[in-house]
Amino acid sequence: MSGQNQRLNVVPTVTMLGVMKARLVGATRGHALLKKKSDALTVQFRQILKKIVSTKESMGDIMKTSSFALTEAKYVAGENIKHIVQENVQSAALKVRSRQENVAGVKLPKFEYFIDGETKNDLTGLARGGQQIQACRAAYVKSIELLVELATLQTSFLTLDEAIKTTNRRVNALENVVKPRIENTITYIKGELDELEREDFFRLKKIQGYKRREVEKQREAAKAYAEEQLAEDIALKRVFPSLQLMTCYPTLHRKTRT
Amino acid sequence: MANRAQIRTSSSALIAMIADEDTITGFLLAGVGNVDLRRKTNYLIVDSKTTVKQIEDAFKEFTTREDIAIVLISQYVANMIRFLVDSYNKPIPAILEIPSKDHPYDPAHDSVLSRVKYLFSTESVASGRR
Repeated sequence: MSGQNQRLNVVPTVTMLGVMKARLVGATRGHALLKKKSDALTVQFRQILKKIVSTKESMGDIMKTSSFALTEAKYVAGENIKHIVQENVQSAALKVRSRQENVAGVKLPKFEYFIDGETKNDLTGLARGGQQIQACRAAYVKSIELLVELATLQTSFLTLDEAIKTTNRRVNALENVVKPRIENTITYIKGELDELEREDFFRLKKIQGYKRREVEKQREAAKAYAEEQLAEDIALKRVFPSLQLMTCYPTLHRKTRT
Repeated sequence: MANRAQIRTSSSALIAMIADEDTITGFLLAGVGNVDLRRKTNYLIVDSKTTVKQIEDAFKEFTTREDIAIVLISQYVANMIRFLVDSYNKPIPAILEIPSKDHPYDPAHDSVLSRVKYLFSTESVASGRR
C-alpha cells in the first residue's frame, strides 16, 4: 500500500502530543473490543453452520415423504387433483413473519410462519381420497415449517458472514494502519520537541558564553587601564616628587593640591 | 453503526416457489399460493416447455417484490439459472434450494453451502464426497 508507516501531518506541540496519546489509547481499546466481537460472531457463525447442514439433510427426507404423500393422494383422488388445487388458489393462508433479533450486536432476521385464514382446499377431495389429501396437506405443512426454519438459518448465516467480514476488516485496519501511523506521529512529535529543547539549551549556553566573555573582556580592559595609570603615576612621581597625584584613583585620593 | 442492508421486518410476507408441477401442487394444497388482484401469482410452474428466460424473469421478479420473504426453488431449476442464484447476495428474500421428485438433494450444488465449502472438512456434506 502507499507509504505504510507514514505519520499524520501535525504541528509538533505539547498539546498535540497529548491529543495523539489519547487517540492511541482509544485505538488500542477499540482494537481489543472489535477483536472480541469478531470472536463472538465467529462462534455464532460456526454454530449456525452446523445447524444448517443438519437441517438441510432432514429437509431432503421430509420432502421425499411429502412427495410420497402427494403421489398417494393423486393415485386415490385422481389426476385432476392438480387442476382443482391450482384453480382454488386465492390468497395465501400460510404466511411468514420476519423479526429482528440482536445477537452479539448484529441484527439477525428470524422468520416464523403463521396461518392467516382458511384455505379453500378444505373441501378438496370431498368426492374421493379426502383422507389422503388431508394427510398430504399435513405433510406439506410440516415441510413448510422446516423450510421456514431453514430460511431463518440461511439468512442469519449470510448476515453474520457480512458482519464478520466487516469487523475483521476494521480490526486489520486499526492494527496495520491507524495504530502505526499514530505511533509514528507521537515519535515524530517527541523528536521535534527534543530538538527544540536542545536548540533552546544550545542557544542559552551560547548566550551565557557571550556574556561571560563580555564580562571577562571588560575586566581585562579595566585591569589594563588601571595598570597603565599606575605606571604613569610612578613615572610622574619620579619627576615631581611632591606632586600629589590626582589623575588615577580619583576615588581614593581626595587630597587637595599644595 | 448503521446497518448497510436494512433487514425488512414485516408482519406478513409470502413464500414464493419456482418448481415442478407436483411440488407446487403439494405446496398449494398446504396453502402457500397467493393470487392477487392483478392475477399475479407467487409461484411459477416449471415444465419441459418453460424457457430459461421465463425462469430468470420470475426469479428476478420474486426477489424484487417487497412482500416475498422466502423463495423456494427446485435444485434442477436452480442449476438452469445458476449464475443468477450465485450472484444473489441479499439476505431477504431467502433463497432455498429444495429437492424434487426426480432430483434428490445434492449439497454440492447448493449455492450457499458451496460458498463456505472451505470451512468444511473433507468428510462433510457440502464437499459431496460422501
